[in-house]
Amino acid sequence: MELRGKLLDVSGLKVSFYTYRGVIKALDGVELWMDSGERLGVVGETGCGKSVTSLAVMRLIEQPGEIQAGKVIFNGKSLLELSEENMNRVRGIEMSMIFQEPRSSLNPVMKVGYQIGEAIAKSKKMPIKKTYPEVREMLKLVGLDPDRVMNSYPHELSGGMSQRVMIGMGLATHPKLLIADEPTSALDVTIQAQILELLDELARKMGNAVMLITHDMGVVAEFCDKVMVMYAGNSVEYASTVELFERPLHPYTGGLLLAVPRVGRTDELKAIKGTVPDLVDPPSGCRFHPRCPRVMEICKENRPPLVQVEPGHFVACYLYGNEGEVKENA
Amino acid sequence: MEKTAKVSRPFMDDLKHTAFLWRRSRLTMIGSVIIVIFLLIAAFAPLIAPYSPVEQNLSIKLQSPSWQHLFGTDQFGRDIFSRVITGSRTALWIIFLVSVISGSIGIIIGVTAGYFGGIVDEVLMRITDMFLAFPSLVLAMAFAAMLGPNLTNTIIAISIVSWTTYARLSRAEAIKVKSQPYIEAIRAAGGGNLRIMFLHVLPMCISPVLVQLTLRMGTIILTAASLGFLGLGVQPPTPEWGAMVSDGRNFLIDQWWISTFPGIFIAFVVLGFNLLGDGIRDMLDPRLRR
Amino acid sequence: MPDTLIKIENLKTYFPVKKSILSKKLFVRAVDDVTMEIPRGSTFAVVGESGSGKTTLARSVLRLIEPTSGKIFFDGSEILRLKGKDLLDVRRKMQIVFQDPYNSLHPRKLIKNIIGEGMKIHFKITENEIRDKISAVLKEVGLRDEHMFRYPHEFSGGQRQRIAFARAIVLKPKFIVLDEPTSALDVSVQAMVLKMLKDIRAQEDLTYMFITHNLSLVDYIADRVAVMYVGEVVEMGEKNTVFNHPSHPYTDLLMASNPIPDPKFQREKRLLKGEIPSSINPPSGCRFHNRCPHADQKCASQAPEMREHAPGHFVRCHYPL
Repeated sequence: MELRGKLLDVSGLKVSFYTYRGVIKALDGVELWMDSGERLGVVGETGCGKSVTSLAVMRLIEQPGEIQAGKVIFNGKSLLELSEENMNRVRGIEMSMIFQEPRSSLNPVMKVGYQIGEAIAKSKKMPIKKTYPEVREMLKLVGLDPDRVMNSYPHELSGGMSQRVMIGMGLATHPKLLIADEPTSALDVTIQAQILELLDELARKMGNAVMLITHDMGVVAEFCDKVMVMYAGNSVEYASTVELFERPLHPYTGGLLLAVPRVGRTDELKAIKGTVPDLVDPPSGCRFHPRCPRVMEICKENRPPLVQVEPGHFVACYLYGNEGEVKENA
Repeated sequence: MEKTAKVSRPFMDDLKHTAFLWRRSRLTMIGSVIIVIFLLIAAFAPLIAPYSPVEQNLSIKLQSPSWQHLFGTDQFGRDIFSRVITGSRTALWIIFLVSVISGSIGIIIGVTAGYFGGIVDEVLMRITDMFLAFPSLVLAMAFAAMLGPNLTNTIIAISIVSWTTYARLSRAEAIKVKSQPYIEAIRAAGGGNLRIMFLHVLPMCISPVLVQLTLRMGTIILTAASLGFLGLGVQPPTPEWGAMVSDGRNFLIDQWWISTFPGIFIAFVVLGFNLLGDGIRDMLDPRLRR
Repeated sequence: MPDTLIKIENLKTYFPVKKSILSKKLFVRAVDDVTMEIPRGSTFAVVGESGSGKTTLARSVLRLIEPTSGKIFFDGSEILRLKGKDLLDVRRKMQIVFQDPYNSLHPRKLIKNIIGEGMKIHFKITENEIRDKISAVLKEVGLRDEHMFRYPHEFSGGQRQRIAFARAIVLKPKFIVLDEPTSALDVSVQAMVLKMLKDIRAQEDLTYMFITHNLSLVDYIADRVAVMYVGEVVEMGEKNTVFNHPSHPYTDLLMASNPIPDPKFQREKRLLKGEIPSSINPPSGCRFHNRCPHADQKCASQAPEMREHAPGHFVRCHYPL
């Protein structure tokens, strides 16, 4: 099979969580791809599976969740087939991740310098003490004063500073891909702007790709080259950022963009009617059909596959003449 | 995972989830089975016991276990099996009353302290600390000795030493709950302190206290048995396991059965409550409850 | 001069912090000398980042937190002096909707009881009348009668915010504080809730104080806006004036940091440097001087007063833009 992305290609990814309410089909055939050095925005609302996708790519899904099907090809390796030991060599070295709550992702009882040193030591197989010069470089790179921060504990840092430390830790091993899961959602707007600027600057310098997971269309517009829109565990639309904002094809993407408030906009915001579906018992056919203003008969029965309708613009919607359907395997 | 609208009652939902977790834990199931058996024995004690638990017959004293007397007889010729079975009622009665009394005292003191804070909290909690400063068994002995040994006083003595746990627990819960926006909303609507405390904060403290009560039921039996063993608890001829173990002390070498069977029952029931309590605690662990 | 519903004068709310027994007593100066007027029937937005004191301000106005000093007038009466029945009456007229829909409704109570609680406190009415009123208010916020007998966890975030709002308006208040009412909601849901808020304000002749960190919402919902920074209001005025001609450097940079959902929109990158200072020990002089691109000696030593830069447009800056 030909890969759509040279760095990362995720296809048919399915993840389920087993709970007392039944099986939650958190991801149901997710498609995702990236080239080296690219910035991909993965957007969607609560429960669309964007965070689960990133965890699944890192193979960090824990009980009661399970990756059930799909392929994750990263840098020529099929990640879901690697042994845990080999996966450990990918995780945190070739691919690393930062989270929404930077302070809870740092160990509260260890000094910041040591924690970054640990990440480098793991990839270079050297004692932590010897990594300190490199750690200081890294701290300088993320805009912190090494003399002050090296020997601080996480609680002595503000939210913005902790996120800088996390970014330093994530990039210390020169990974090819940095996955950022809502990295600025817990931060104030002025600090958010600083962090996005930093991610941008570092990605340019170090040449890593960034997968930015967010619910904020403004952040996507400012930061990303390409966007994947997710809804209820499915990938529904993929295009370059400019194209997507200019000509959204999927009714969900269109609805989402009309609902976003912005400075200078005082006309009525348009909401999408209905609510996000319960993934224990998702709607038949296209997951969006009960809320879709342009629903057709076929949408209720078949689930549209994600296909290319124009160069570089993929959409999973029957409005654009997609034939075929996603195979539902029980 | 996602927070979509679920259509069900919280109680039924809780129950279903609890049942789901319960089935996954074998030890909890074993604990539950022991407790159910214990409850059944207590409920049907008069039907199960073949002889009167108190009637003495010195002509058959100190007989070893046989088909006639499953657990043998004691120094007064009473059937130990019947006494052990009937003793389960005493134990259950003590557990029930102690839980109700100490639970209510604890929750009221705890919620008051936690809700008002400041000087009220300070005073109530220092009183609690005073009770906690003594080993609970020693304190219970002192109270039992002071009040005089009988069933009622045993219950009072154990209640007096065991409310502290629930007070601290409900205080912590009340402190957490009182700053929640849903309580602030009632204050914003003009609700007074007493209304908020009793109608809105207190109900939130009940379930953690109930869990803690189940966890401590084993301890209650042990304390009651210890008091009985020391002669400070339930008085003869009422069958009480601790007192029965104590009765057999002098005969332990030759007539082992007098002490052993009630001892085994104490051990099993305490084990049952502990397994169940641990299970319940795990089930309510928010990390499992998602 | 428009009719003023709420007038706040020199309001200060400090919280003591325990540092150690030996050091002298320190205070978090959460709200420090705030003065503002909210015209009847308008939406007054208070914008700020974390630590700006916007939430403390909201709670102080409702006396959910007792202010340290200052005056608050509601419809002419000074509420910080009220007691007993008069206070209860003002409480009914001023309501609040909280930020997090997941813990602003009592988890163990039916919706009927959550909405009805306030009515039981304030009105002498029968269960049946309460039922009728709840049923009417549920309809008003876009929910149905049968929702009365459900528990909060059965609702989505957007629905819960509607319930919280129903709880507020059922008491027929005049003034509602909306403390980031949509920040926990998804955008598609947020749009619906905002629209409902706007519609009901017009219908019921309400006045809103809308607390938010999101500038984009302000433009949609507010008439007037106050920008707060470390406990102080730094700029205040008509929304259009403030947005079109931000005069305080902080407002200006705050707006420049706000991401615009339009990839084609190219703007000059202007970042606000540094971190938000602590309100325990705020910077000397102008509290913004250490991050301000235009600051000089005067800013570091002398605290600027709030001044009317243009009619109805107030700025706390020595050198307004």
